[in-house]
Amino acid sequence: MVSDRIFGAVVAVVALAYIASANQIQTSFLADPVGPKMFPMMIGAGAFIAGIFVILRPDGDPDWPVLSTIGALLIAVVVLVAYAYALKPFGFILPTAVASAILSYQIFPKIGQAVLVGAGLSIGLFMLFKFALGLGLVAFPSALFG
Amino acid sequence: MDLLSNLATGFGIALSPYTLMLAVFGCFIGTIIGALPGLGPSNGVAILIPLTFSLGLDATSALVLMTAVYYGAMYGGRISSILLNIPGDEPALMTTLDGYPMAKAGRAGDALIISGFASFTGAFLSTVGLMLLAPLLARIAFQFGPAEYFALYILAFATLGGIASNNQAKAAIASCIGLGIAMIGVDNNSGMPRLTFGNMHLFDGIDFLVAIVGLFAITEVFSFIESHGKNTSIGITLDKLKVPWRDIWNTRWVQLRGSLVGFIAGILPGAGASLGSFLAYMSEKSIAGEKGGFGTGVAKGVAAPEAGNNAAAGGALVPMLTLGVPGSGTTAVLLALLMTLNITPGPTLFTDRPEVVWGLIASLLIANFVLLAMNVPMVKVFVRVLSVPAWVLLPGVTMISFVGIYSLSGSYFDLLLMVAFGVLGWVLRKLDVPTVPIILGILLGGHMEDSLRRAMVLSDGDWTYLFSSKIAIGLWAVAIAGFVAPLFLRKFLKKPQAVSD
Repeated sequence: MVSDRIFGAVVAVVALAYIASANQIQTSFLADPVGPKMFPMMIGAGAFIAGIFVILRPDGDPDWPVLSTIGALLIAVVVLVAYAYALKPFGFILPTAVASAILSYQIFPKIGQAVLVGAGLSIGLFMLFKFALGLGLVAFPSALFG
Repeated sequence: MDLLSNLATGFGIALSPYTLMLAVFGCFIGTIIGALPGLGPSNGVAILIPLTFSLGLDATSALVLMTAVYYGAMYGGRISSILLNIPGDEPALMTTLDGYPMAKAGRAGDALIISGFASFTGAFLSTVGLMLLAPLLARIAFQFGPAEYFALYILAFATLGGIASNNQAKAAIASCIGLGIAMIGVDNNSGMPRLTFGNMHLFDGIDFLVAIVGLFAITEVFSFIESHGKNTSIGITLDKLKVPWRDIWNTRWVQLRGSLVGFIAGILPGAGASLGSFLAYMSEKSIAGEKGGFGTGVAKGVAAPEAGNNAAAGGALVPMLTLGVPGSGTTAVLLALLMTLNITPGPTLFTDRPEVVWGLIASLLIANFVLLAMNVPMVKVFVRVLSVPAWVLLPGVTMISFVGIYSLSGSYFDLLLMVAFGVLGWVLRKLDVPTVPIILGILLGGHMEDSLRRAMVLSDGDWTYLFSSKIAIGLWAVAIAGFVAPLFLRKFLKKPQAVSD
């Protein structure tokens, strides 16, 4: 109930913001009868109405995970974001080994296994991508190996 | 004898050793993807699209490879349904209802083989149906103007929201999220940037592959972390494998009816394979009545949903190829593939690029026989795949997704967006908001707006033009019925829940 009401309210507010920013779209002199604003505003209106519906007629609450699980999910998100930033400057193998080891540990918490998964995946996938698929991946940071 | 000469062209392409090899390879990969719990046809195909590009395949080869993966995943989905009671993908949910009880009763091998044959019947008949129906529909589609296309897009969203989800308002929100994302970027008509908030990365819009891989693959990783891989219990082992000819023969009518029901469900834009397997199972259940013992592990109970599910997979290709409107989540992903290959699906595809269409159809026919061979005598190979633990599989999937998206543009921004879509997908899944309408919205948003604006240019701004032809009015009527009718039918058509241990 509560989850859905919050969700509906968020959707309605975002929809209004969307309509407002669609209203700011500049029209050019090459205007057609509809123009570039109309369709985005229709979408916003549709989302607003649907959001209100969800507020008025919410479904039952889902089982939200306990606090520690939410923490684990946040760590996973942070790891993935860091991985996205690290992929270019640090090459493929190192960030992949670390990121996949952490993810593996989070799914099944055993350190030894996780380290093996990290090492295996990073080297195995690198071989696959580099030699079987011919992707131009860089294995290690260029600063280390010139 | 147009059909025969077209088929001959198609087989000419499909039987070249290279294409044939791609089809066999695709079937193999696809069955593995389908069998792995947590990797279904949509996210499997989505992850593979960027990698297909890096192989530098031409349009026909790429299409053959990916549709072989698609069909393969449809076959493979039943393996984990039967042995682990975990559907490998959503349409395979219905197969767990009788497949798992059968496996518990020591008939796992029988269930796998019967469902393999039923999959073949469904997929084969629907490919034949596709072959016969698609050219006809393409001819009708030539009469579609912008007003009809706009109505058709509305129809796709309405049926997707009405039939394939539990809550219309939530499906509508999902559609709006997708459409809203599609608007981001430079407007084609006026050349003005829209909703980019001055961010240079957003000027080209958001690549649908980023959204698809994020919503399907990354979301799955979060779900597994949440459940700590609890769903990967070791299921039932398989020892002897004998073909139960009698059961296959006894279920022949079930398979044929299931194929027909599934094919029709697949053709409906937006409804897709889940509806196909659901309707096939439910109709057979009511035909068999109380005595049929559906839900306790009977052969008919695995044959019906698998025939329906695979027939729907073929049926869903009909609107996708002829009209450019996908019939299911996975065909939406295939549409994404076509769009990235610069192939515009629609009636002109059949006249301008017959080699693509007929090469594809011929490869599907061949792929079916390959899949039958892989899924009946060789099914033990794929059963092994199930023992890959989640703590190896999911990190692997994540890394492959990252590399695939990274190879598209080489920008960290797309990777960040992908993670953001993954988080969004997880929250939406928790709230029971379907994610397929988002994908459909991102894919079709641009076309939908284009058709609306072109219709208004043609009519000089007269909105009644949208309802000016019989075809358009018919499509609007079906759209409204498809959205509203399930409200009243929901009481009767309740989705059965998975059996628990």
